[in-house]
Amino acid sequence: MTAATTTHPAILLQALERVTGDPKHKPSSLSTLDVLWVLCDRVLRVDPQTVDDPERDRFVLSKGHGPAAFYAVLAAKGFFPLDWLDTMGAWTSRLGYHPDRTLVPGVEIGSGSLGHGLGLAVGIALGLRAQGNTTSRTVVLVGDAELDEGSNHEAIAYAGAIGLDSLTAVVVDNDSSTHGWAGGVGSRFTVNGWTLSTVDGRDHDAIESGLRAGTGKGPHVVVAVTERKGS
Amino acid sequence: MREAFIREATALLDDDPRTALVLADISASEFEPAARSHPDRVLNVGIREQLMIGVAGGLALTGLRPIAHSYAAFLVDRAYEQIKLDINHQDTGAILVSVGASYDSARSGRTHHAPGDVALFDTLEGWTVHVPGHPDEVAPLLRAAAPHDGRVYIRLSTEQNATPHRTQRLKPLRRGAKAAVIAIGPVLDSVLAATEGLDVSVAYTNTPRPLDTAGLRALGHDAVVLVEPYLAGTSAPAVASALVDVPHRLLALGVGRGDPRRYGDPADHAALHGLDPAGLRRGISAFVGAS
Repeated sequence: MTAATTTHPAILLQALERVTGDPKHKPSSLSTLDVLWVLCDRVLRVDPQTVDDPERDRFVLSKGHGPAAFYAVLAAKGFFPLDWLDTMGAWTSRLGYHPDRTLVPGVEIGSGSLGHGLGLAVGIALGLRAQGNTTSRTVVLVGDAELDEGSNHEAIAYAGAIGLDSLTAVVVDNDSSTHGWAGGVGSRFTVNGWTLSTVDGRDHDAIESGLRAGTGKGPHVVVAVTERKGS
Repeated sequence: MREAFIREATALLDDDPRTALVLADISASEFEPAARSHPDRVLNVGIREQLMIGVAGGLALTGLRPIAHSYAAFLVDRAYEQIKLDINHQDTGAILVSVGASYDSARSGRTHHAPGDVALFDTLEGWTVHVPGHPDEVAPLLRAAAPHDGRVYIRLSTEQNATPHRTQRLKPLRRGAKAAVIAIGPVLDSVLAATEGLDVSVAYTNTPRPLDTAGLRALGHDAVVLVEPYLAGTSAPAVASALVDVPHRLLALGVGRGDPRRYGDPADHAALHGLDPAGLRRGISAFVGAS
């Protein structure tokens, strides 16, 4: 990791300072921060003016528990006002401890129950393809512990089998899976034909490189390794 | 009914580019011609029912109109959380079409029985539930579900009545004084046989959700017998709501909650649950005080 590639802009730091957060899920929230920033700042073709554009890229936050970092990034990029961050979880707030797509601009799915985003993302990618949209990417972010849920593996196997090249998964690996992943979590994808990039989950240039490394011949997974949960 | 569904879904795929079909191996061979014609919109995910519903939810998020299809035990029971979150919570819709019903695959045992499917939909908002009683009722119900984005469940069965009734309303078929017997879907012929000579009204619907409450009130009875081919009492709250201002009695007949641990044929299970003509006559006669 290099300091030059992990610098956060002032607006994001301000957003992080303001978001009230969910103490229970704080490690989950912050492990995703750099991946989310790189996605929204450098990779995804979506901004506050194009959140309803059919040609936009789709970002699916499957790891919806602990969305404080996601909210901070969206606010920093102008998807909603910074002052929304001050009341996260309140009765009148649009920002819950798990995000709701009908309440928050830039949120493509409501999530929080683990193991749903990959299946939805496969459906989104297939739906775009069926309608002739060959330019939009679908990127789904999951956690290494989330992959304990069996539903993910239905999606991983199917996406690999059909060579769904518009789909990219990012696994934020903070070593929080209770029983770990023998051979590394990436192997669970490559065995089904996905291409793999393993990057430092705090290095922005490395994350961007991983996100652009797909071969276009099948789905791609980026394993973004961060410090161990609780460390 | 399954054949009628396959014909109409295939026609919908030809007619409407919004239609997409998601399968989990069940009926995949029957849809092979459609898959050849529409490879991007006929998707067999393999034996992965959670993914089937997740994919349907994703397709709906892009504006397509997904139809997902399998045995009720797998489509609904197994994938219930996906229905709840990948369809309802995403504020999208889909058409779910099941086969197998409560015990069509009697010889397969409990693993393939789904008497609780309609009750599960009652825990969720906005689902229209169709329980056709004849193959000729299937195509109009499916065709009517295609143009909009709502949530529709169509429960197909190998059990069927002799005559179709192509209305989603409550259709009066007999007039009597002592009670209204409401037959839902393929139990109608057994109800008609069971109530022969009894002084009761008989009405039919293939659409228990939303229940035709105006039609129920128009029957003018303060005693109601519900006969449902799934979990007994599933529609009792809907009847209670429809008659909230009418003092009334209700007998709810249907499939019991126990695991019978028996095989045989659907007729054996119907008799076990009192849904054969003889069992229904016993129950209805006792309720209306007929000998």
